[in-house]
Amino acid sequence: MDLDLDAHLTTAEAAVADAVDLDALAIVDTELLGRKSALATVRSRLGDMDPDDRKVVGRRVNEVRTEVERLISERRAELAVGARAEVLEAERLDLTEFDRGRRLGHRHVVTQTWERLEDLFVGMGYTVAEGPEIEDEWHNFGALNFPLGHPARDMYDTLYVEYGEPQSTLLRTHTSPVQIRVMEEQEPPIYSIMPGRVFRSDTADATHMPVFHQIEGLVVDRGITFGDLAGTLDAFTTAYFGSEFTSRLRPSYFPFTEPSAEFDIRRPDGSWLELAGCGMVHPEVLRSCGLDPEDWSGFAFGFGLDRLALMRHGIDDLRELFRNDHRFLGQF
Amino acid sequence: MRVLLSWLRDFAPVEGDPARIGDQLSDLGLAVEQISMLGEGLDGIVVARVLDLRPHPDADRIQLVDVDAGDGEALQVCCGAFNMSVGDLVPLATLGTVMPGGMEIARRKLRGEWSNGMLCSPTEIGMGDDAEGILLLDGGLSPGASLTEALDLRPDVLYDLEVNPNRPDAMSVAGVARDLAARQGVPFALPEPDVAESGDGAAGRVSVAILDPDLCGRFGLRVLDGVSVGTSPRWLANRLNALGQRPINSVVDASNYVMLELGQPNHTYDLGRVAGGAFRIRRAVEGETIETLDGVERTLTAADGVIADGDDVAIGIAGIMGGANTEIDAGTTSVALEMAWWDPMTIATSARRLGLRSEASARFERGCDPEVVELAMRRFAELLTPTGATLAPDLVDARGNLPARETIRLRTDRVNAILGTDLDRDRIAEVLKSIEFGAEPAGEDLDVDIPSFRPDSSTEIDVIEEVARVHGYGRIERTVPRSTLTGHLTPYQVDRRTVRSTMAGLGLDEVMPVPFLAPGDLEAAGLASDGIAVTNPLVAEESVMRASLRPGILKTLAYNASHRLTGLGLFEVGHVYRQPASEQPLPDEREHLAVALAGHEAGDAVAVWSALADALAARDYSLVAEAVPGLHPSRTARIDVAGTLVGHVGEVDPGVLEAYEVGERVAWLEVDLDTLLALPHGDKPYAGFSRYPSSDIDLAFEVDEGTPADAVRHCLRESAGDLLVDLSLFDVYRGDAVGEGRRSLAFALRLQASDRTLTDAEVAELRQRCIDAVQGSLPATLRG
Repeated sequence: MDLDLDAHLTTAEAAVADAVDLDALAIVDTELLGRKSALATVRSRLGDMDPDDRKVVGRRVNEVRTEVERLISERRAELAVGARAEVLEAERLDLTEFDRGRRLGHRHVVTQTWERLEDLFVGMGYTVAEGPEIEDEWHNFGALNFPLGHPARDMYDTLYVEYGEPQSTLLRTHTSPVQIRVMEEQEPPIYSIMPGRVFRSDTADATHMPVFHQIEGLVVDRGITFGDLAGTLDAFTTAYFGSEFTSRLRPSYFPFTEPSAEFDIRRPDGSWLELAGCGMVHPEVLRSCGLDPEDWSGFAFGFGLDRLALMRHGIDDLRELFRNDHRFLGQF
Repeated sequence: MRVLLSWLRDFAPVEGDPARIGDQLSDLGLAVEQISMLGEGLDGIVVARVLDLRPHPDADRIQLVDVDAGDGEALQVCCGAFNMSVGDLVPLATLGTVMPGGMEIARRKLRGEWSNGMLCSPTEIGMGDDAEGILLLDGGLSPGASLTEALDLRPDVLYDLEVNPNRPDAMSVAGVARDLAARQGVPFALPEPDVAESGDGAAGRVSVAILDPDLCGRFGLRVLDGVSVGTSPRWLANRLNALGQRPINSVVDASNYVMLELGQPNHTYDLGRVAGGAFRIRRAVEGETIETLDGVERTLTAADGVIADGDDVAIGIAGIMGGANTEIDAGTTSVALEMAWWDPMTIATSARRLGLRSEASARFERGCDPEVVELAMRRFAELLTPTGATLAPDLVDARGNLPARETIRLRTDRVNAILGTDLDRDRIAEVLKSIEFGAEPAGEDLDVDIPSFRPDSSTEIDVIEEVARVHGYGRIERTVPRSTLTGHLTPYQVDRRTVRSTMAGLGLDEVMPVPFLAPGDLEAAGLASDGIAVTNPLVAEESVMRASLRPGILKTLAYNASHRLTGLGLFEVGHVYRQPASEQPLPDEREHLAVALAGHEAGDAVAVWSALADALAARDYSLVAEAVPGLHPSRTARIDVAGTLVGHVGEVDPGVLEAYEVGERVAWLEVDLDTLLALPHGDKPYAGFSRYPSSDIDLAFEVDEGTPADAVRHCLRESAGDLLVDLSLFDVYRGDAVGEGRRSLAFALRLQASDRTLTDAEVAELRQRCIDAVQGSLPATLRG
């Protein structure tokens, strides 16, 4: 026979190994396994051999062919990895080029605080009620047990607007009129909070603004007690500030609650901070809303929402909330 | 209200360290704002005489003072006050003194001149509120003497209390002591004044007629003879100083002292100058005038009360200020001392109108104790006895209408139902008696009599509050009621959160300008000038309520631009207030969303709208070009959702930007959220999609600028019908290849049937139908 199959295999091994890229390997592939290859030639001549030789040579040819195919396949895989690596390397990017500080917008820090408080009270089973910012005298004062000329009205520096009868319409001084609207429109049980914008005739300084935000709460149900008020505010303190804060109630005065209290929280450093006014809904207020105080009782509380935002972020000037400097807005 | 611990102890043996007593006061509702330790750190302060005053060669606000600190030598001190003269006696903090605030006095140079100590103001040594000038001491003291000894200053604790308007009784030292004694369980008593009566009885010398019983509930008069105006004893002056009341003379000081101690304001008349010794209590005649003690001529109204003499000439404004015509002076010997109970509303109104709010009016407004009058008068006389004054026999007393004090039935069950406590009847009675409320058993309940010094307490709930207060708020067990409801936000509130988070997701920052505008701001923004006006604005710039969010945001852009912050994308969600179309109880108030994209054109605002519409799933909307005042006339469209106007999108009119000094283009979107969120939006039922292959065709039409893309879009949608599953405008071309004033709009259509694969013939037919429809109904031609 013409071909030394073992030698051929050795040659083929070398040729495959020498193929430097996939194109070269394709040529080697054709040379070694193509129709005009040495192996193909040997194979085509098998028919001329005597049956015994044919059997032996035929098996060996197939073995060599299989082996060559394996070698080529392995080499191809090897070269493909290299080729892809080259392509990928050619695509290399400096990703820090693309980090150009793409930013989302920021919801206002008051909005964030507002929603955080909503979520907290919704979790405690409350709904959220809102009402008009321009209110009538009845909802802002009258129904809240401030008769006309009551000196307690002086506690609120009220801004009135030119609408209807003189002094009949005003910029609400607290969100309490929403409590009245809720009680007028809805049968108890009531578990609601009233966040919103309020107004006072205050000159702007680091702790005062003519416009600011409050969040009040109102619960009216059967058998609601002052102990419930204290417990609810304590639960709020833990949920909002953390368990290292505690709270206390101190006697105070508001025309629309009795007993009335100031709600203070005690910071981890031991100092007290006055945070809210609260109390049991005054029987006259319940009556104003058509509820019999012998059947229903309730409590109400009110926080300065902006103050909670300032505290949380260590902002020292209330005016910043309303100045809308972009360098401020982008921080929250 | 300020109180001294030593003064409280005149009434009750209160115990405990100063901080604990402070906590107890706060817990009683008398919030302690400040605790000051008086008379401490004053050891190094001596009396010094001013020898010479001369300007500092190198500073305007400091002068050089030579003082004699007792050794006869001139000691130079630099001083920032200018109220003393040569010869005055002043307090000098000598070198090494540690002041009450912790500052140590050392020898130091101020602008090149040595200062060998510090001259002290009243505030610096806890003797009053004057922090501006140096305290000038009485002439009788010797230089070098210790100030504490010379002035008889003793260590004491001063509490500054915040007293709520419902606690007139706590506007007095005795009232505070009463509460504190109850809390501590120690006895409380008002000492009986030690004063003898002599001389002619007052009954024949003065008379009282209350002509308006609603004005005056009680008017008591006593007469003191042998009164001479002098200086108060040191202890009394020190107490007045500590409480912020500057000592003036023995008579005025006694008056103030009694008011601070017992809460009863009072007034003294020179009896010799009161015609007929008669006091007639009546309303003022409209336009009646009186010269008050401060030398001001005041015109009264019929709402004011006056005290008139026998000639019916006004000699005082009720509860506000006495008249100059009966003022006490050096020639006075006999005085009439008035202690009255005035109608709180009258005093509040008069004091406010006349701008004369005082310690006295504050007490009358809240309601004084009508029954403390006799004791207070004798206390006044007692204070003046050492000066030689004598108290004439007889109290001349008249009564008008005082508020009724009815017995209140206090239900034990009700107390516990409101407070969440488990107090029994006798414990409640004990609590009430400790603050001098009468409490007699009535079955399971109590009949409660309200003391005369607690006019605020008149109903069962008032008494329940007292029980809670004295029992202690902190002792009430805390419970949390279980809401029987499911907590939730309303759909509107949920949507509003989506609006805000969408805007933030688009890179916009939320702003919160104040909703007040200056007059003219609305007009300058192209809006109607009928904004709701504020009746009593603080400043003119805040005198109109906004009718749109536009002015506030434009001001915000201008403010930021002035700090070189430009190209901002901002949004606001807030209320706007408008005159309603028809009469209604309140203005038309609604919540708007506004978006401003500085440095951007109208198209970017449209993109914000479409993102919002997608976020809210408001599908059925259309944009129609519309000229709106204040917005760019050819770059604005109205937004209709389900056929209802919800807002506008486009750009702000350049003229408006100029007026607001905004130097960039501003793309604008303003939407009425109340309207929008009431229209159909949000979830809709799931629509399945076809599993069959889809076919895409592109169609470009050349149209004039007057034909909106939306019209072509609409026409394509109509003609392709249900087979059109997606339609997008992917290219707009203007240029040489199309005519002047024209543009090419290229649309991609994806066609798909739900039940079969579309054949080429079907697609071709549909394509032709679309082309024919557009060309047939619009001035548009297909581009080849």
